[in-house]
Amino acid sequence: MSDEEEDLILSELSDDDLVLQMMDDLYDGMKEEIIESVNILLERGWTPYDILTKSLVEGMAIVGIDFRDGILFVPEVLLAAGAMKGGMAILKPLLIETGAPRLGKMVIGTVKGDIHDIGKNLVAMMMEGAGFEILDLGINNSLEDYIGALEAENADILGMSALLTTTMPYMKVVIDTLKEQGKRDDYIVLVGGAPLNEEFGKAIGADAYCRDAAVAVETAKELIARKHNAREA
Amino acid sequence: MSFSDDQLTIEGLSAGEGSGRVLLLACGALAHEILALIRINNWTHMDLQCLPANLHLTPDKIPDEVETAVAKHRADFDKIFVVYADCGTGGLLEKRCDDLEVQMMAGPHCYSFFEGNEVFASYAETEFAAFYLTDFLVRQFDSFVWKPMGLDRHPQLLGMYFGNYEKLVYLAQTNTPELDRLAEQAAERLGLPYERRFTGYGDLANELVAIT
Repeated sequence: MSDEEEDLILSELSDDDLVLQMMDDLYDGMKEEIIESVNILLERGWTPYDILTKSLVEGMAIVGIDFRDGILFVPEVLLAAGAMKGGMAILKPLLIETGAPRLGKMVIGTVKGDIHDIGKNLVAMMMEGAGFEILDLGINNSLEDYIGALEAENADILGMSALLTTTMPYMKVVIDTLKEQGKRDDYIVLVGGAPLNEEFGKAIGADAYCRDAAVAVETAKELIARKHNAREA
Repeated sequence: MSFSDDQLTIEGLSAGEGSGRVLLLACGALAHEILALIRINNWTHMDLQCLPANLHLTPDKIPDEVETAVAKHRADFDKIFVVYADCGTGGLLEKRCDDLEVQMMAGPHCYSFFEGNEVFASYAETEFAAFYLTDFLVRQFDSFVWKPMGLDRHPQLLGMYFGNYEKLVYLAQTNTPELDRLAEQAAERLGLPYERRFTGYGDLANELVAIT
């Protein structure tokens, strides 16, 4: 960081400059600065929804693009995510209070026998930022965990994640059980994880394979819109 | 022959004079073990060519790299055996090897075939929260784990990466006190309980015997 940046007083920036600065701070994983900026915008009368969508989500979208393009790597993305999480912690209760638009509800978790949750956590955070309600089941989830949560929460989307080639076949077990129980069409099923690919997603009967968090958000939005249109038709 | 682990990680290795009938096209992380087996068994008909071990950091590139190497060497050997397991390619390497009509190692990764694929699978229910190291990974812990994960620059990320792990298991191919010490040190750095299991060369030895 340059001396000029160290001297930057966030509260003295105009709204537009502050939002741009927040994107920079998010990119650099500067959690304290993000928290300070979120509070400044709230004091200036911004709605929690606008702060979330116009600064944090847009900033993380840039992080996502640069990760996809090989400019940023996992450690930097995690730092950015940590900074966004700091902002989200302030905004989340306010978003609920102010009745911000909700796009749908997602149950998400890492499959049975797998403890890897970095990608899953990023997806959950980005989905939440995009306006989805998230129930995060954490790691090592059985089909009973998934299906029980889908029903209890009346969810729209199931998200399953796996990092291991040995655990990813379990996604098919969950989908096949949903089919056997006649519930498959009740939910949009999204799958992701490093060893997966589109072919695998199709083969196991998922609605889509999502290679990263940004794709997951776009896919979920598109499939939810389609589902709503089908209901209305 | 002299080569360093850094060389195996970044550049790979070309070992042998191309006079063998069989080419072992391997991951650089397996070079020491394969050369030991060639030496012990006097497999003079086998040559070794290693791709850089750091391809494991981008496993989606492994099938293309293997295909390029197979194309380059196919005319010079009677047989090419790919000494990679699935290694995070999600079945794509197996499919590519089938298309190229070359055989490859069975199993999900080297942890599994060193332990023996059947034995390793039997641990699946009880040991999925273990982080594994082999001899090579113990020696290259900084290059393969600590630095690529950014832990040298951002130690605060340790919990995000390793918070769900319950132990570090060193699957030892050799009995080397220095490696035991380094493996234990790696466990300490990751904040995980340490366990050591001697595997020897496991299914790697069995599969190479089978193709001789």
